[in-house]
Amino acid sequence: MATKVFMEALSPTMEEGRLVKWLKNEGDAVKSGEELAEVETDKAIMELVARGDGILRKRLINEGDTAPVGTLAGVIATADENIDSLVAGAGTAPAGGAPAPAQVVATQQETAGASSVPRRPEESQGEASTPPQQKVADVPPAPPARAAAPSAPAPTPAPAAQGEVRSSPLARRLASERGLDLHSVQGSGPNGRIIKRDIEAAAAAGAAAPRAAAAAAPSAPVIPREGDFHDEPLSQIRKTIAKRLGESIGPIPTFYLTAEYDLTRVMEMRKAMAELGDQFKVSVNDVLLKATAVALSQHPEVNAHWLGDKIRYHNRVHLGMAVATDEGLIVPVIWDADRKRMSDISREAKELAKRARERKLKPDEFTGSTFSVSNLGMFGIDQFTAIINPPEAGILAIGTSEEKLVVVDGEPVVRNRVRVTMSCDHRIIDGAVGAKFLQTLRRLIENPLMLVF
Amino acid sequence: MPVITYRDALGAAIREEMQRDDRVFLMGEEVAVYQGAYKVSKGFLQEFGEMRVVDTPITELGFAGVGVGAAMVGLRPVIEFMTWNFALLALDQVVNAAAKMLYMSGGQYKIPIVFRGPNGAALQLSAQHSQAWESWLAHIPGLKVIAPGTPYDAKGLLKSAIRDDNPVCFLEGEMLYNTKGEVPDEEYLIPLGKADLKRQGEHCSIITHGKMVLVAMQAADQLAKEGINIDVVDLRTIRPMDVEAIGESVRKTNRAVVLEEGWEICGVGAQVVDYIQRDCFDYLDAPVIRVHQADTPMPYAKGLERAAKPDLPKAIAAVKKVMYLD
Repeated sequence: MATKVFMEALSPTMEEGRLVKWLKNEGDAVKSGEELAEVETDKAIMELVARGDGILRKRLINEGDTAPVGTLAGVIATADENIDSLVAGAGTAPAGGAPAPAQVVATQQETAGASSVPRRPEESQGEASTPPQQKVADVPPAPPARAAAPSAPAPTPAPAAQGEVRSSPLARRLASERGLDLHSVQGSGPNGRIIKRDIEAAAAAGAAAPRAAAAAAPSAPVIPREGDFHDEPLSQIRKTIAKRLGESIGPIPTFYLTAEYDLTRVMEMRKAMAELGDQFKVSVNDVLLKATAVALSQHPEVNAHWLGDKIRYHNRVHLGMAVATDEGLIVPVIWDADRKRMSDISREAKELAKRARERKLKPDEFTGSTFSVSNLGMFGIDQFTAIINPPEAGILAIGTSEEKLVVVDGEPVVRNRVRVTMSCDHRIIDGAVGAKFLQTLRRLIENPLMLVF
Repeated sequence: MPVITYRDALGAAIREEMQRDDRVFLMGEEVAVYQGAYKVSKGFLQEFGEMRVVDTPITELGFAGVGVGAAMVGLRPVIEFMTWNFALLALDQVVNAAAKMLYMSGGQYKIPIVFRGPNGAALQLSAQHSQAWESWLAHIPGLKVIAPGTPYDAKGLLKSAIRDDNPVCFLEGEMLYNTKGEVPDEEYLIPLGKADLKRQGEHCSIITHGKMVLVAMQAADQLAKEGINIDVVDLRTIRPMDVEAIGESVRKTNRAVVLEEGWEICGVGAQVVDYIQRDCFDYLDAPVIRVHQADTPMPYAKGLERAAKPDLPKAIAAVKKVMYLD
């Protein structure tokens, strides 16, 4: 029996993927579990894997092309099997949403995330051709009631190119006002167009997490001149950054707290440890990560997520650390960072940063952080403010550590100092709460032996 | 309140204005002895005499020009065209003289004239005599264009038109003369440029004028039985158009059908849709749909004529389409 290969949701936030490279040619024999193709998701390059055995009879997405999640990407069948009817459905999303897991799996875990990705279900012909009389009969007493009925048949959505969302201007405005992401709303209008009743239904169901609108008003056009610019299509990761961070700076009432810490003892400790052998070498950043994680474990009021109608305080500390890659920012996570030894954190941070730059992170390695840290010290930045990675309550921006002339006991002395700035979501953290957290952090950093306590 | 016909409402409006102001006079083909081709000026000759109720030869351009000249020297003519189809011959006076005189004379000559007559298709009058001209006339800066759909509006608007100091083209529905409606005895005026919300609903707006107001009201009745309640916005004045009224309704219902008697291309509805997209873009939940005459000369054959005209089933179908119910 033939097996369909779909563009799968290979990351929790993936809505479309670019087929980077086919690893099998048409006519190649493939076994269940074998890699078929490389797919660029919004975060990483991952592999599509076949579970069914057979011949890769047809490749339906060209290399370099981008297709929405759920698009038929290929067909695996026996050599003589007739696959015309399967191929005829190419370019459309699978019926009923997510493809059955038996048909294709990713090399990496996709369990929780995959189900959260909105799909574009395709209707059967039978439903789409419901006689008009029957639909009209649905109408009384008032048409909006029909919209609320979950059984209302949605017209067949056209295969959306590039994750495009069809929506009425009114729906876009309402979604923007209510903080709904149109990608999370199912359209019931012609060609799957999202209309007012869909927004109302989504808002009523609370189905979509509050988010800023995807569609922003276009800015006033400027007339660009040749040579003034060059156009670069958005990479998946750039799109995700724009979407996520735009969500952050808009609705989050942020305030900033800056503190300068003395690193004298950190430097002494590092030196002492390094003298014990290379395996004991740690960076300033490693110490700061560990100190932040320990401080967070003592301040659950900061180790929190904003969930719209509630605040979730985390008992475990999963520390996100912003990593610059050639493609852009990504935030891998050190799980249970407060409980890990400094050496573990050091090794893990290095490993995660390396794989982030190679774009080989697994989804569970860049999701789930409870608080994040961003360090631009290596670029000589004295201090800066970082943008909160929603739904987290805050982010710590670490500047460069350098020698400074400071006054200690009335005497000018040269000390190693570092400036940190914490961006706080005021919906969760009040000024004094953030300040106390930074106080704890100061105690830990200026007395790093406490970290082994 | 007395119930009278559209024709009598028009007659009452002219009579009252002629009684009120002796500069007002009526001129046109068959208006005096025959008492009007559609009997609007019944009894006028006896009441006002042949100086103020003037029969003309079949010379549209000529008597339209006499009217413009009379207006230039201070009279307030009401020029009756037997139909607006015949007024094509007079358009040079309407468009090039009446509409532009105030402008080209640097404000020296006001032209307080009303050109009036039946407009639009009746029944089987064929291609040359079944035309709705409001989009042509509304295109011209300097003209005001009125198309009332009810006796009440016809009387109040015609009185305002006669008192207006600018040339006004007053388009009466040929099929409306016998329709009846409540019209008070006491005097009233309806300001030009003001639409009337003839029906209130929340699901869709029909924006229309003239004869099609009746069709829209029937559509509203039928749709109400299916639980669909619509706004009927009667423009009443095509130029200047009541943009605020259109916007208010569409922002409420988020959906609109524009219904008119004339042809599609560059029609009145095209202008209405433009105002909607300009002012209500972020309030639209569906594309606006227009209902109009088929893009063809009006057929004589009865079945074809029916197929070409905008009518009740087409209006209802459009509302359902714009509501995604078809």
